[in-house]
Amino acid sequence: MTHPKGTLTRNTTAARINHWITGGCFVLLVLSGLSMFHPMLFFLSELFGGGQWARAIHPWIGTVLLVSYAGLIVQFWRDNLWSRDDIAWMRAIHRVLVNEEEGVPEVPRFNAGQKFVFWSMALLVPVLFLTGLAIWEIYFFPYTSIETQRIAVLIHSLAAIAAIIVWIVHVYAALWVKGSIRAMTQGYVTPGWAWRHHRKWLRSLAASGSPGPRPRSGDNAAARSRKGR
Amino acid sequence: MADLQSQDYIRRSASTMTPPSIRNHEQEVAKLIDVSRCIGCKACQSACMEWNNLRPEIGHFEGSYDNPHDLDPSTWTLMRFTEWEDEEGNLEWLIRKDGCMHCEDPGCLKACPAPGAIVQYANGIVDFISENCIGCGYCVKGCPFNIPRINPVDHKSYKCTLCSDRVGVGLEPACVKACPTGAIMFGSKSDMTVWAGERIEELKSRGFSNAGLYDPPGVSGTHVMYVLHHADRPSIYAGLPDRPQISGFVGAWKGILKPVALAGIAFTAVAGFFHWVVAGPNEVQPEDEAEARHLLHKGDDAP
Repeated sequence: MTHPKGTLTRNTTAARINHWITGGCFVLLVLSGLSMFHPMLFFLSELFGGGQWARAIHPWIGTVLLVSYAGLIVQFWRDNLWSRDDIAWMRAIHRVLVNEEEGVPEVPRFNAGQKFVFWSMALLVPVLFLTGLAIWEIYFFPYTSIETQRIAVLIHSLAAIAAIIVWIVHVYAALWVKGSIRAMTQGYVTPGWAWRHHRKWLRSLAASGSPGPRPRSGDNAAARSRKGR
Repeated sequence: MADLQSQDYIRRSASTMTPPSIRNHEQEVAKLIDVSRCIGCKACQSACMEWNNLRPEIGHFEGSYDNPHDLDPSTWTLMRFTEWEDEEGNLEWLIRKDGCMHCEDPGCLKACPAPGAIVQYANGIVDFISENCIGCGYCVKGCPFNIPRINPVDHKSYKCTLCSDRVGVGLEPACVKACPTGAIMFGSKSDMTVWAGERIEELKSRGFSNAGLYDPPGVSGTHVMYVLHHADRPSIYAGLPDRPQISGFVGAWKGILKPVALAGIAFTAVAGFFHWVVAGPNEVQPEDEAEARHLLHKGDDAP
């Protein structure tokens, strides 16, 4: 996709496709999963062609999500590593929440909130998958005891609720911080967006002359600066 | 049975409304299985297959009289044989007719996520309404007796119906009809309890001092009861649970977690909405763009 001149690439095409496969799977899992969780939400199973279909398709969508999220981990883990600065940012969260980011510690590619979402899902997705296998009746019933399955279904429900809450936080943050949706649909942000929300990231891109999403590494950056930028 | 308006439900799975229950002037029924009178002839198994048109697949000899060796989607009742030695070394051949116990507080129904897939009639019978079943296997997790079996062909759960179709028209269950020794009796729960009391007295007079009725309170009693000569240890009868009750894990999952989870989700969403109302969107300002431009083009001005 061509981006307007002077903008920065926030997410590569591969990352965006990967993200939306994950997101699509997640929404379908929430709808089919909640239909089997609470009687008042059983009507959601009609979206999948009825209870039998919702029950049958749910674990397959979960399998796709596991693979898809593994892809996101590969692409994003490095920029989500926790650092001391994240604690300082968390201490100033009250300022961030009222849209006063000036004076808050500068943020690299991801802030502590985004890292929390990333690592929460990195934990919850495998938990959901493994407990989901134990209760995938058709294929895996004989491999665990019924008591194990009782525990698995309880953990599966708890983890799912946690994941849904994290997901609401994620979606709301994207709506709240204007420009974020475009960063994940078309893939670019304006330099002002980067300055406002991810100044450290902007500085690293500027220093290495990279258009994003990651600063140029060693040789490339040196070569570019030799060209007399 | 789903098409016949029974209108006598006292419980209906995954339902938050009171089910149709006007025709509830009905006595609670019970099947009483007196293991001390059972001769292990399997007439009850055959009668069950016959009445319900069930034909389990022919299996393999597993080294015991149990045949087939376990309950399955087409085997709703099964004689389980145990060779048990008491403290003095006397051999006793314990034979127990296994199958759904029709709990007064059914774990299967509690766990079921499909509205109306499991119901309990006013007479106490717990019935699977198969057209509503989604094949998830939650009933298997809810059951303290390991009874329901999922059929891999149609993805429906099956178990003993207590011949609800026969009982509904005033007949006794097929297994009761077929039993040649009177080891299986059927009637109102109160009559069966009285009759069991007489049998227990007799067993005690014959030296079975621990004889008693198995009507476990952990599931608020059952509509299938046993007279056991060793009621102090039910588990010697091929693993009949000593103190059956719905698992605490199932209780938490189907109890407190449901409202707490929905409240948690709703709270998060509402909190987000009110944050928007209070703080509003976080938008990039022209100053931000100017600062960024300055930063990006700092290099250009350098010599």
